[in-house]
Amino acid sequence: MAAVVVLLLALAATGGLYAAFAPAGKAQADDTAQSLAIDEGKKLYAVGCASCHGVGGQGTSDGPSLTGVGAAAVDFQVGTGRMPAQQPGPQVPKKKVIYDQKEIDQLAAYVASLGPGPSVPSAEQSNPEGADAARGGELFRSNCAQCHNFGGEGGALTNGKYAPRLEGVTPKHMYEAMLTGPQNMPSFPDSTMPEQQKQDIIKYIESVNSDEAANPGGFKLGGIGPVSEGLFSWAIGLSALIALAVWVAAHTAKARKS
Amino acid sequence: MSDNGISHENLPSSEQESAHGEVERAHDPFVDPGMPAHRPRIQDIDERAAKRSERTVAGLFTLSMLATIGFIACFVAFPVDKIVYVWPFGHVSALNFSLGLTLGVALFAVGAGAVHWARTLMSDVEIIQERHPIEATPEVAAQAKRDFLQGAAESGFGRRKLIRNTMFGALALVPLSGVVLLRDLGPLPEDKLRKTFWKKGLMLINQNTNEPLRPEDVTVGSLTFAQPEGLDEHNENFNNEIAKAALMIVRIQPADIKDKRELEWSHEGIVAYSKICTHVGCPISLYEQQTHHVLCPCHQSTFDLSDGARVIFGPAGHALPQLRIGVNGEGYLEALGDFDEPVGPSFWERG
Amino acid sequence: MSTASDEKSRQAPAGERVADWADGRLGIYGAAKGMVRKVFPDHWSFMLGEIALWSFVVIILTGVYLTLFFHPSMNEVVYDGSYVPMQGVRMTEAYASTLDISFDVRGGLLIRQIHHWAALIFVAAMLVHMMRVFFTGAFRKPREINWVFGFLLFVLALFTGLTGYSLPDDLLSGTGVRFAQGAILSTPIVGTYISMFLFGGEFPGHDIVARFYSIHILLLPGIMLGLVVAHLILVFYHKHTQFAGPGKTNNNVIGAPFMPIYMAKAGGFFFLIFGVIAIISAIATINPVWAIGPYRPDQVSTGAQPDWYLGFSEGLIRVMPGWEINVWGHTFVLGVFIPLMIFPMVLVVLAVYPFIESWVTGDKREHHILDRPRNAPTRTGIGVAWLTWYFVMLVGGGNDIWATHFHLSINTITWFVRIAFFVAPVVAFVVTKRICLGLQRRDAEKVLHGRESGIIKRLPHGEFIEVHEPLDQSALHTLTAHEQYKPAEIGPTVDENGVERKASPTEKLRVKLSKGYYGEGNQIPKPTAEEYNEITSGHGHH
Repeated sequence: MAAVVVLLLALAATGGLYAAFAPAGKAQADDTAQSLAIDEGKKLYAVGCASCHGVGGQGTSDGPSLTGVGAAAVDFQVGTGRMPAQQPGPQVPKKKVIYDQKEIDQLAAYVASLGPGPSVPSAEQSNPEGADAARGGELFRSNCAQCHNFGGEGGALTNGKYAPRLEGVTPKHMYEAMLTGPQNMPSFPDSTMPEQQKQDIIKYIESVNSDEAANPGGFKLGGIGPVSEGLFSWAIGLSALIALAVWVAAHTAKARKS
Repeated sequence: MSDNGISHENLPSSEQESAHGEVERAHDPFVDPGMPAHRPRIQDIDERAAKRSERTVAGLFTLSMLATIGFIACFVAFPVDKIVYVWPFGHVSALNFSLGLTLGVALFAVGAGAVHWARTLMSDVEIIQERHPIEATPEVAAQAKRDFLQGAAESGFGRRKLIRNTMFGALALVPLSGVVLLRDLGPLPEDKLRKTFWKKGLMLINQNTNEPLRPEDVTVGSLTFAQPEGLDEHNENFNNEIAKAALMIVRIQPADIKDKRELEWSHEGIVAYSKICTHVGCPISLYEQQTHHVLCPCHQSTFDLSDGARVIFGPAGHALPQLRIGVNGEGYLEALGDFDEPVGPSFWERG
Repeated sequence: MSTASDEKSRQAPAGERVADWADGRLGIYGAAKGMVRKVFPDHWSFMLGEIALWSFVVIILTGVYLTLFFHPSMNEVVYDGSYVPMQGVRMTEAYASTLDISFDVRGGLLIRQIHHWAALIFVAAMLVHMMRVFFTGAFRKPREINWVFGFLLFVLALFTGLTGYSLPDDLLSGTGVRFAQGAILSTPIVGTYISMFLFGGEFPGHDIVARFYSIHILLLPGIMLGLVVAHLILVFYHKHTQFAGPGKTNNNVIGAPFMPIYMAKAGGFFFLIFGVIAIISAIATINPVWAIGPYRPDQVSTGAQPDWYLGFSEGLIRVMPGWEINVWGHTFVLGVFIPLMIFPMVLVVLAVYPFIESWVTGDKREHHILDRPRNAPTRTGIGVAWLTWYFVMLVGGGNDIWATHFHLSINTITWFVRIAFFVAPVVAFVVTKRICLGLQRRDAEKVLHGRESGIIKRLPHGEFIEVHEPLDQSALHTLTAHEQYKPAEIGPTVDENGVERKASPTEKLRVKLSKGYYGEGNQIPKPTAEEYNEITSGHGHH
């Protein structure tokens, strides 16, 4: 649980700093619909989150304070099923999402009301339409590939932690992850990686790692490089050839037993 | 043990061996019974089966011809950038897929035809061949040695020691020219591995935006990569320089920094470390923002960025070099000098 | 004067006339004698070397094609080819031309993939072939030199592979070259000089691709081609080994003639191999350089591994502790240099093994009958220990992939490999030897009591027994054909003049090793004729 505590503390700090430099007013909207959502979110929070994060989001020994983590962090953590956490471990994994988007929005609204933090990116912000995939590729190799692998297939970190695969992650969640730096992932705030560049990166990932992405050469064998290729060359290539060798060398069946 | 009237050139000898074996067996129960007599295949005794084999072989050769025609047709028909969906392979290049399959079938069918032919229609009577010792008979060996000695004696090689010794000297020296010629493969190391592009006053340029970094851009938990001001992608030696100058910038709460010098060399908790692993030089940047550990993806050396980047796991031999940074008059992060030790992998002269 | 022969050649078919013409100049008939009907024994494991041979031919054919389109240059260009996610990206010409081969040359991608798949299969086939030769003792006299040729081919193939996959200058291979450069730097005294000379200056410089290119397409394959030819000539000259069996002796070879059977089978096998590799290349991507990206020394992707055959060296370097000693102003980079030195040792122990074994056995005779692995338990144990060692290092080289795919901690795997590096080969040796001895016992049992027929019989007094069928003569012979050595003894310590002599340490070592190979408990004595006669006469006939 310590990891989660540190995580959320760091999230809080990130959010706080973000808030300090983010354009004012972004995280504050108080029309009636918003306050209704906050009320609903508070109820959901009391049931699903308060046991670890405290009744008012102040944090407990089981979960960090959520003051200032912002709506984007909630939308990512709950929207990808990572929260609510199930069991302690090196890393809280992606799971089945148990809230619907409306409930997630309400939770996010409530947590955002606890202190200013990054808000959920609009559909426009995270939309890769018209972005530059090639530039995104360069940014990806420079900022992301070291953990997530050149094609977003994920990779190992220390002591059982890992960078997850990016296939099937929605543009919004990718954007939020870069913005907030969930768990051990560092953040890439707009001050060092502007919105346009995040869109480029999302565009690149969609162009190389999605259901529609082309793999001109055939099976991509996991897209993890020479290890799976080596395995394939033994398990399929050499095995097939040895089977053929057995056929070539074997004596042909005789007409009858003498 | 009848041979069905099929001729065997080796049959007499194997029969003889078997007979011989029966006698021997009384003395040695494990005696070699000799090569078993040849037994015919279906194709040897049934002409219809042989015809079937023939048709199969011819069919395979014909299949190969068809596949080659298919190969040419695909080559002409499919544009080079055509992507098609083929289950279960995914969205593949139509050309690669079709050319590979047709070529594969064309080749495979030739091979399968030839092997089937050999296995079913060519004679499968096994043949015995004698081996002969590899080494020469004593006479031949003696003759060869005599010839050699005579040749050596006629050359005077053993007698005229001056010739022999100077010849060895000349032959030993000749290759030196070749070695000397290799000198210009590259420059001498000198202090090239000790210096980088960084020097006092160069601003830290964000590699994403190509803009100088301000301290307030760098938030706690974020990760940014920087290169020195004035180093441009278009420079002739950009790759050589970035291979040493690449920097990773993180911000740690000053209270969390355990190493005193690290804190001193930071700017309000913003620390700049070499991105080049001290093991064998991979760009190391798998930063875990909660643990402040940074992992090398190549060989798993792990460094603690909150504690002077000391090695906490893996094969690296020493900490990552830190670049001392500060803020210039316009509020941008700048280097306060070059690294004070060589970056990247260790080497003999490093000391 | 030649009217008679002219007459004759007019009647002869054209092919024969060409052959006559060639014989007058090349003496082909003399050379063909004994070659055309050369006998090769049939066994699937004798075809493993052929997989290597033919995939080598495939590599050469496709490699020549690739040189027509590849530009071994490190000049930087901005890509404007047809692969969209790279348009506008700066890269070297080497990388750009590899993209062109993959996306703009029709069939280029296929040939690239065939070339690379064939390379992986080539080295795999060589290793398997080498293991076949090892475990059957085919490396014994007179074939030691051919073993060394094969070994050199294997080592050269590793480096040809390394220089080959480094050519496209992509992010993955560039990382590998960087690792090689870092490893070179660790060499005491001359490391920095070698690095500067190899790279033409600082890493990465502008020369390495062009230099690797000439090494990859000219120097190494040239040497390999020569060695392959020598290897094959020796196979022909020595005649192939064969397993023990009825009629098969150390002085003969039984099998099918080269012409026509092996011409068809071996020639056909080439097409089968080429066909299979082509089909694999149609359906499975290898080294998608377009997705990996161009090399930049400040970028990296996780999962950075070499091709499988260098994985063991990667493992060595990954699990080594970070030892580094600074004395007298110099640095001993042991953490890198020790693995760099173990790397050739891993291979050299294989190369010298035949010589060690012949020294231990003291056997200077020619051997053409192969051992069954069980009948040489110590050798088999050593071979399996080596393979285990190799595999442990391979696991170390892929520790990150094991971690992500089996949900393990990378640190735990590294520690496991560090321990297994020392422990696993020993365990493998002991276990293998036990298994071999068990199989020897079973063979002896079969010879003496026959094979289990699965028929249960009830004897008059109520006892149930399983009927054992006696083996036929072929099986009896085959199972007892192997030789069993006696362990060496220390020679007389008193020479013929009665002067006392001390056994030298090497002699003592030899005796000790010999006991380890053939001493009591290290081989099961094979049944003797007396044992057999006693048992069979006692039992009567079932």
